[in-house]
Amino acid sequence: MDFTDEQIERYSRHIMLPEVGGVGQIKMLEAKVLLIGAGGLGSPAAYYLAAAGIGNLGIVDFDTVDLSNLQRQIIHSTERIGMLKTESARKTIQALNPDVKVTLYNERLTSQNILDIFEGYDYILDGTDNFATRYLINDACVMTGKTNIHGSIFRFEGQATVFKPGAGPCYRCLYPEPPPPGLVPNCQEGGVLGVLAGVIGNLQVVETLKLILGKGNALVGTLLIYDALNTEFRKLKLKRDVNCPVCGENPTITELIDYEEFCGLSR
Amino acid sequence: MAVKVRIPTPLMKLTSNQSEVTAEGATISDIFDNLESQFAGIKERICEENGSPRRFINIYVNEEDIRFLDGEKTAVKEGDEISIIPAIAGGFR
Repeated sequence: MDFTDEQIERYSRHIMLPEVGGVGQIKMLEAKVLLIGAGGLGSPAAYYLAAAGIGNLGIVDFDTVDLSNLQRQIIHSTERIGMLKTESARKTIQALNPDVKVTLYNERLTSQNILDIFEGYDYILDGTDNFATRYLINDACVMTGKTNIHGSIFRFEGQATVFKPGAGPCYRCLYPEPPPPGLVPNCQEGGVLGVLAGVIGNLQVVETLKLILGKGNALVGTLLIYDALNTEFRKLKLKRDVNCPVCGENPTITELIDYEEFCGLSR
Repeated sequence: MAVKVRIPTPLMKLTSNQSEVTAEGATISDIFDNLESQFAGIKERICEENGSPRRFINIYVNEEDIRFLDGEKTAVKEGDEISIIPAIAGGFR
């Protein structure tokens, strides 16, 4: 593809980076990234992916914009309360960068629709708020060989990592099964410093762009932990588990599972 | 042997909101027992009844997951940093 004059100007600060250049910018314009959730993590992620010129952006969300979202979900706005989050996100993205082709999926991810939705995307950015969907995304990524860029936040603490099938562990290598209800804090009772969603969501974007460009070292096999109160970043090593139920040597999970959601269902 | 233990946010209620505490012991098992003596109730949040960590909680000595070392028998030495890392779901819709 050839750049238009407007694109050369729009992306000039990228193109002048030796690690990006025109070739890298074209990779971004041709990239296909699926965002699961247009909420706390998904908002900043969608915003910066769009600004970067990710040419094909899919967004999955079934929720509508609520006033209590706006403390952190910066892609939405006060006047869009009640609007579908996907529609609201598309409006913001199109106003920012018309180069981005946005595809919306106004539905809840299930074992029935996830593989169809995943088709056509190379990178899956997990910005969900519940274990049921996180495990579903993980298993579908392992089964289809797609890279899962993972982030999660709680109060003042966040985690980010990249699960790249074949190159490193998957989510089940870390945590083989979802925790039982009651033993983990409920999403609503937890609370979160709004900007933490921006820090972690944007770390997910940084990792996604590096993977698309093929530059640097992605967080494959590394869990990055951000402690906002103590201003600390820590890295822990994640290893592939040969006994992993989905990506191990003798997988016991060979079909997608719809776990019952028990966290983050309602507002 | 004194080690530093990083307490994750969901367990900080049990440590009077301290995100970092000191514990004594020669192995991870010892450290769990010592934590329990300081902060009653914390061990059952971290461990199953048999003393191994719950499946949605991972324990690291410095950067390494104890599942790939000697599990709860993993030896610790003065100055090690122990991290307790639970699965966190939140992306916050």
